Amino acid sequence: MASVHSDAPSTSTAARKAPWATSAVKILIAGGFGAGKTTLVGAVSEIRPLRTEESLSEVGRPVDDTAGVEAKRTTTVAMDFGRIDLKPGLALYLFGTPGQDRFWFVWDELARGTLGAVVLADTRRLADSFPSVDYFEQRGIPFIVAVNCFEGTEVYAPDAVRAALDLPAGVPVLLCDARRREDGKELLIRLVEHAADRAGVRL
Amino acid sequence: MTDSMSEPDPTEPTEATAPAGPGGAPADDEGAGAEPVDLFAPRTPVDDRWFDDEAGPVVRLFSMTRGRARPVDDGLFDLISLVTAAGPVPGPGGARPDLVLDPEHHAILGLCRDEPLSVAELGSYTDLPVSVVRVLLGDLHDADLISVTRPFQLAQQPDERLLRDVINGLRAL
Repeated sequence: MASVHSDAPSTSTAARKAPWATSAVKILIAGGFGAGKTTLVGAVSEIRPLRTEESLSEVGRPVDDTAGVEAKRTTTVAMDFGRIDLKPGLALYLFGTPGQDRFWFVWDELARGTLGAVVLADTRRLADSFPSVDYFEQRGIPFIVAVNCFEGTEVYAPDAVRAALDLPAGVPVLLCDARRREDGKELLIRLVEHAADRAGVRL
Repeated sequence: MTDSMSEPDPTEPTEATAPAGPGGAPADDEGAGAEPVDLFAPRTPVDDRWFDDEAGPVVRLFSMTRGRARPVDDGLFDLISLVTAAGPVPGPGGARPDLVLDPEHHAILGLCRDEPLSVAELGSYTDLPVSVVRVLLGDLHDADLISVTRPFQLAQQPDERLLRDVINGLRAL
């Protein structure tokens, strides 16, 4: 009986395309310049990280005596991203945020509809992760902080990092090696658990 | 004649002084000493050095979109909206021979014919900025040549089943 039911729709276009009736979710990988964002994207992605560009014309701010004469110029921002096929029909995209903090217009586009964010922190330049933490906190986007333990750097206790970044209670802080696939996987799992927690969803 | 030409005059064409130089190549009005350029000759690697990536695109991006832009905020072509080519291959020799498409349109259709690709991936594979890809996708969408799936808006309405699927998928990696 079951086979009759399953056979009937398989001839239709909808059923033939069913494995590709794909939906997609995205997670952002943020942090300061050189914190290991692209490394992490590459470590967990099934494809080599790709790069795409967003180019926008913006009205240049007057910087000299020609005030009032507005020059139009084009800004190009590169974004590195990777893809993980979680199951047939569901793809996860990982986007590294542009390191330059002035490109907030790209952040806004990336953040729209995101599942959450991993903020990579480098303990040698912890202050570099402040803008990312602020950004996600202000917008209520679930995020976790991952301390990338570079070789030769002192390993900090997660609580010390939490205090230094003045993180709200409940934001997970983890230590990781961004080059290790297992670490990257663990970070993503913790982020999704955290996002589910905040949404009151029991997994 | 030669004396009057010994002082180079910036207002005079420089070709006029060339025959007077040492070496004494015979003066020739035609070509002015340069080799004639055959515009129809095949390009050689020497010519191609002027068209490397450093020189930027040969075709200006705004001419590729005929000066059009598309608002980012309409949401249809989010970075992770998934695009699939729909219907038979268009153009001369195929279906709908009336439809005139640019090579970039065909490139996009070719990429997403077998499986859906995100707008971001299409940008990466075509080496075009996402803003240009959005305009081209708009054309294809208007012509019913692609189907588009918008992403879940997880921030607004977390979906229990989707979150579970993501977690399970990650654990299985």
